[in-house]
Amino acid sequence: MSYEAVIGLEVHCQLSTESKIFSGSSAAFGGEPNSHVDPVCLGLPGVLPVLNKTAVIFAIKTGLAMNCRIAGHSVFARKNYFYPDLPKGYQISQFDEPLCEHGYLEIQDGNESRRIGITRIHLEEDAGKSIHAESFVKSDETLVDVNRCGVPLVEIVGEPDIRTPREANLYLTELRQIVRYLGVCDGNMEEGSLRCDANISVRPAGQKELGVKTELKNMNSIRGVERALEFEIARQVKILEEGGSIQQETLLWNANTNEAAPMRSKEYSHDYRYFPEPDLVPLSITDEWIADIENSLPELPSARRRRLAVEYGVPEYDAAVLTDNQALADYYEEVARAAGDGKAASNWVMGEVLGYLNEHNLNLKDLKVTSENLAALLKLVAEGTISGKIAKTVFAEMASTGEQPDTIVAAKGLVQISDSSEITGHVQQVLADNPTEVEKFLAGKEQVVGFLVGQVMRATCGKANPKLVNQTLRDELQRLRK
Amino acid sequence: MAITIAQVEQVARLAKLQFDSEEKKRMAEQLNLIVDYVEKLNELDTSEVAPTAHILNLTNVLREDSVEPSLSPEEVLQNAPRQNNSHFSVPRVIKEL
Repeated sequence: MSYEAVIGLEVHCQLSTESKIFSGSSAAFGGEPNSHVDPVCLGLPGVLPVLNKTAVIFAIKTGLAMNCRIAGHSVFARKNYFYPDLPKGYQISQFDEPLCEHGYLEIQDGNESRRIGITRIHLEEDAGKSIHAESFVKSDETLVDVNRCGVPLVEIVGEPDIRTPREANLYLTELRQIVRYLGVCDGNMEEGSLRCDANISVRPAGQKELGVKTELKNMNSIRGVERALEFEIARQVKILEEGGSIQQETLLWNANTNEAAPMRSKEYSHDYRYFPEPDLVPLSITDEWIADIENSLPELPSARRRRLAVEYGVPEYDAAVLTDNQALADYYEEVARAAGDGKAASNWVMGEVLGYLNEHNLNLKDLKVTSENLAALLKLVAEGTISGKIAKTVFAEMASTGEQPDTIVAAKGLVQISDSSEITGHVQQVLADNPTEVEKFLAGKEQVVGFLVGQVMRATCGKANPKLVNQTLRDELQRLRK
Repeated sequence: MAITIAQVEQVARLAKLQFDSEEKKRMAEQLNLIVDYVEKLNELDTSEVAPTAHILNLTNVLREDSVEPSLSPEEVLQNAPRQNNSHFSVPRVIKEL
């Protein structure tokens, strides 16, 4: 029997604000333990939260970018539970009146495009960090660092529209790219600034009713989410095929063993007793405010991919690579415009530039080749001043020194030899030096031309115009044949 | 609406409180008095009234996103019964890793 998986993802994004959602201590990642703490996030008696305006704007930006309806009226709620990393005994979140609802993301798999629904996006505060595994933790204790308490989060709750681990990967990749473009979250899953939990069930293909679902947690990369889902689908299918039944439970993914195991938590309760947060007044979001925020949105990844394909005539795959992040897309567009050739710019940025950055483990901002200089290099090739092959040498030199291409070309005498009498001279010399090869050619072995071209290029240190060399060589050999 | 002993036990468990059977009975009685009192509100027709999220007639009390100094880790931990390496130390919450 074949099975179909039904997957819904819940994503938490830490918002890149300076301060916390309800108080003024730093929201920066890390820091010495318990050094980003104020009385509000510590939950001391008598303190009152005051909402961070930037966090609200970031959440609305996220909602707009994910095609949500933004609520005109939105309230906060208390979610009550006891856990050591939650000093107040409740998390301030949103319940029945979230900021954003009814959105979707479009995912693209080859030529196929699918819409994955987004139920809601709401604002809430992060909890602290529990530490169980460090060497200095005693066997009977859990340590708590409350630095993370009160860091603003948006929770993006997806509809169970995802059917395969690969779709989950595409959805998360798209979502992460959007929050990065918006500048609302750095999307770093290793540091936990973007976290993903997955609800998953399987059912026989064609069956309408849903199977029993489990929840997967603790994945710290997009690939990890994909692997965990693959593991869990296989596990659930095996149980069903052996006639068993699925337990509704939470499983923790272990990236080292590539297995998910049931979470062993001592206290587990789903009775959160939400009620409206009495310490915060409601949010009223006017159409004007929403319009202002909408006008401040950058061009989003999907729109930029489409525009690059149309405006510069690059294939969709190239457009996707070039728009991976805004800095790269900006760089590409600057090169393409200045060089007046979108395809050559795409080949160079995807080939030499990304290759160089990859090889040297650098960021684009560290690259010494400015977009202006790369465009100038492309022009030298287009005008025939240097060959494409020489250009790669020049690029390497530009990358290590930051010099302009024409300076390097002049200093190293790399100008392409396109003078036919000079090339003819070199060709005749090579033919005179290689009588055996010439004999072979005259006997019908055409392949030796390649060798002879190579000899000419060597004689000119690669500077001869290869097309001209090829032509001249064939003409000269033809003459000898007569 | 009557609060049952079972409901008292459920709420007590969530609030991490322990009561003996005499106390549970007393709690149920007192909670019933409170709930009965609030029930009076059902005499009004509120079908046209939006739920009240807050009693103050205010919205959008917001602060600008600026960082203020933190407490020192020593101050943060000064009331902790147990600490270790600048962390709060609490009884272990995970059975095994």
